[in-house]
Amino acid sequence: MDIASLTIDGVREGLLARRFSASELATEALRFAEEENGRTNAYLHFSPERALERARRVDEQVARGEDPGPLAAVPVAVKDVIVTKGVRTTCGSKLLAHYVPPYDATAVARLERAGGVILGKTNCDEFAMGSSNENSAFGPVRNPVAPDRVPGGSSGGSAAAVAQGTAVVALGSDTGGSIRQPASFCGVVGVTPTYGRVSRYGLTAFASSLDHIGPFARTVKDAATVLGVIAGRDVCDSTSAAAPVPDYTASLDGNVKGLKLGLPREYLKELTSETGELIARGVEVLRQLGCEVREISLPATDYAIACYYIIATAEASSNLARYDGVRYTVRSGDGETLAEMYRNTRGEGFGAECKRRIMLGTYVLSAGYYDAYYLKAQKVRALIARDFADAFQEVDAIVAPVSPFPAFKLGEKIDDPVAMYLSDIYTITGSLAGIPCMSVPCGETAEGLPVGMQILTRHFDETTMFRLADALERTVGVGNARTRQRG
Amino acid sequence: MSSSATAAATPEALARYEPVIGLEVHVQLATATKIFCGCPTSFGAPPNTNVCPVCLGLPGALPVLSRKAVELAIRGALALHCRVRPHSRFARKNYFYPDLPKGYQISQYDEPLAEGGHVDIAVDGAARRIGVTRVHMEDDAGKSIHEGFADSDRYSYVDLNRCGTPLVEIVSEPDMRSSAEAYAYLTELKQALEFVAVSTCDMEKGHLRCDANVSVRLKGAEQFGTKAEVKNLNSFRFLKQALDYEIARQVALIESGGRVLQETRLYNPDTGETAAMRSKEHAHDYRYFPEPDLVPLRIGEKWLDEVKAAMPELPADKRARFIQEYGLREYDAHVLTATRSASEYYETAARVAGDSKTTANWVMGELMGLLKAEGKQIAESPVSAENLGDLVKRITAGELSGKLAKEIFARMFATGDAPAAIMEREGLKQISDAGELEGIIAEVLARNPSQVEQYRGGKTTVINFLVGQAMRATRGQADVAAVTALLKRKLRPEDTC
Ligand SMILES: [Zn+2]
Repeated sequence: MDIASLTIDGVREGLLARRFSASELATEALRFAEEENGRTNAYLHFSPERALERARRVDEQVARGEDPGPLAAVPVAVKDVIVTKGVRTTCGSKLLAHYVPPYDATAVARLERAGGVILGKTNCDEFAMGSSNENSAFGPVRNPVAPDRVPGGSSGGSAAAVAQGTAVVALGSDTGGSIRQPASFCGVVGVTPTYGRVSRYGLTAFASSLDHIGPFARTVKDAATVLGVIAGRDVCDSTSAAAPVPDYTASLDGNVKGLKLGLPREYLKELTSETGELIARGVEVLRQLGCEVREISLPATDYAIACYYIIATAEASSNLARYDGVRYTVRSGDGETLAEMYRNTRGEGFGAECKRRIMLGTYVLSAGYYDAYYLKAQKVRALIARDFADAFQEVDAIVAPVSPFPAFKLGEKIDDPVAMYLSDIYTITGSLAGIPCMSVPCGETAEGLPVGMQILTRHFDETTMFRLADALERTVGVGNARTRQRG
Repeated sequence: MSSSATAAATPEALARYEPVIGLEVHVQLATATKIFCGCPTSFGAPPNTNVCPVCLGLPGALPVLSRKAVELAIRGALALHCRVRPHSRFARKNYFYPDLPKGYQISQYDEPLAEGGHVDIAVDGAARRIGVTRVHMEDDAGKSIHEGFADSDRYSYVDLNRCGTPLVEIVSEPDMRSSAEAYAYLTELKQALEFVAVSTCDMEKGHLRCDANVSVRLKGAEQFGTKAEVKNLNSFRFLKQALDYEIARQVALIESGGRVLQETRLYNPDTGETAAMRSKEHAHDYRYFPEPDLVPLRIGEKWLDEVKAAMPELPADKRARFIQEYGLREYDAHVLTATRSASEYYETAARVAGDSKTTANWVMGELMGLLKAEGKQIAESPVSAENLGDLVKRITAGELSGKLAKEIFARMFATGDAPAAIMEREGLKQISDAGELEGIIAEVLARNPSQVEQYRGGKTTVINFLVGQAMRATRGQADVAAVTALLKRKLRPEDTC
């Protein structure tokens, strides 16, 4: 079987036609993933026992003639910031190098209940802080499309695993673009659903008001299927939404006629590169399919990066306080005093980017600075959300680039955090507004580097987003760069 | 208390100053489970067993606010006459400590649950109203244990069972002007919260903890002085002692030309003194910001009405009702509503007895007297309210004499048995059967012919002797009135019969 090009439907067909059992698929997928992992470092560790146990239960269900679930036997990778019971969850940090959670994230539990087989945990920037996956304590991930380039971040491992074909689908997390940007860089589909659509229970918090769990897949339909499985109200997350979850795959018929698309002036003005051309071509495809395209304005965009890095770092400074060496975190020396133990643990445990953000966040929340920074940032956030609300009075969806440039070289930006932060400009606004947004492959540069188009829709209107992405995919082609390269 | 504690300020100097006191009281809500998870709040479980990913602050765990905790907090706020805000919000209070596993406490900051209440107090007959600034909800931290382990010189131990226990913090206005007023405020506040079953307010278990802000100023001055925060006032006695010490310390300091520092001081119950905490221990910038893991708390009219409807009677209302409904005197009503358990005991007993005034006398007299002698609370009474009511009912029905009833009550107190059981066992039954009484009286008359003679000769006071004889013969089990009436009849001249 060609594991690298399997889809959810393909797995289901093979399983039900008894061409392979779930156990056979899991064994083969684990073998393939372990073998291929040396090329990318996408996985931090595998969970063969759990995978095989889950697969065995699928086989039993099939044998009994029961419906084994929409993700039956589907090999899944899970970003290592999402907790898995009994399976190490490091968050890409030295501090949690040995941490084994006693419970499952809701999204993980739902994936498995739907039949999904979790192969292992994927690499990421430490505590999901980064745009290149170079901030992992366990080494960077290489982009499967171009091994000297980054896969994007922070969910670089999940994007790379799906692009490489070592997982059919994967879970990532997105706070300011951490799903969409690596999806764009690796040429796969990556979805950041509406804030509250997927429970955050079990997602190690970076910036709670911005954190999302979302799927990676090689096809829009697979991403839509996974979202349908993990979405929905969870009593363990007060911020999860009660809105009903539609069947996202039901309307993926390629018909997008009459949908109104907005192109934000502010996003396109500086986009002169190949990325701009590819986005323009993607927009042209949608226009030819019957979409109405008009220019719109999101005037608060200029303030988005400052706003994001105040709110996200403020929340992060608080969320990361628990890694203090007292209980499950790796303690670096006892020290003579409690303060010294804290200093040793956090000083040696956190990488540079986490420390930078903890310091920024601590500063903006400090007495005397709160109003000038945090409170003002919240007001800007409201303006950004209003920009989108205004735009959605006129259009059904907004199309935009995901990143100003395709995957860059390893080490290229690591010493320039501001340049790294600025590259998040197109993804940050959607995160701040809490609206659904996704990256769908839109073509490749002359060098063969994938470029994703970002589609953003109204709160809880993932359906329209998937319809547009699916329509584009039908023309541009499935974005599995690796399999396409192989011809 | 050591004499050095107050000797520093002369009574004359103290008399020139006026203390200004505000209290911050932390009260544990009487919920069965924690505020943000389903773990039990029970006291005394083995360390680190009443815990889950949420209250342990494990990565990825999220708080879910307990509806029950909110309802109790609303109740408490209403009992203190506060205005419950339709919209309030949780905030994170950030600081590092080993018994705080999240690295922050979930509290409320700029949008508390309720504001603007009061507590009425009376000290030496003077009524005063003390303002309640705010009531807000928060989760408790765990417990650090610094002593008692072989390696306690090197390490502290942490028990996280208490982590996530629901608390309300009640902040008063700086309205109190003496330690006695602070004492009265805390007493009234505790009583109100106990009454509406918001908290057991058990100070020994730490269910009620108190810190004070204290300053002094020359009498007549408008400006407040610099305040010190005094912590660890965890009993009524400590509260008064600590405040008296701190007031005297500040007065002495100012009188000797010094300046009160704005600082946190810890009360040491062993010395009766307060001492400044090292500045590091409290130099916190808590970096409050809205808790992003919880949605704002909206309390609509409907919910508020539901809570109000389910709310037990407040002490003041109960006092008024006792006077009105049971015809009690003001003082009696006050005594019988001093605690929720006393009022419940009384009402149950009165209902069974069917005589509210006699019941009141028995509860306040015999029962409270014996309880006090044994140092017990009414909740620990060996005599149940039903049994006391039964006893009173037998008295008012004329079945028991007062004297006999007291004898039976003493046995009830000693054994916890019902009156009927004791009467049965001890043969302490009132002799009301006329035939039986007549036989006894005939015997008394036969044994005391000279007294009979005297009576019939006009010395009627001698009847008291005969009544006494009859009572002795019945071991006090006869009804005195019945015996007297029967004697009188028997002693009449034969011809008038
Ligand atoms: Zn718990």
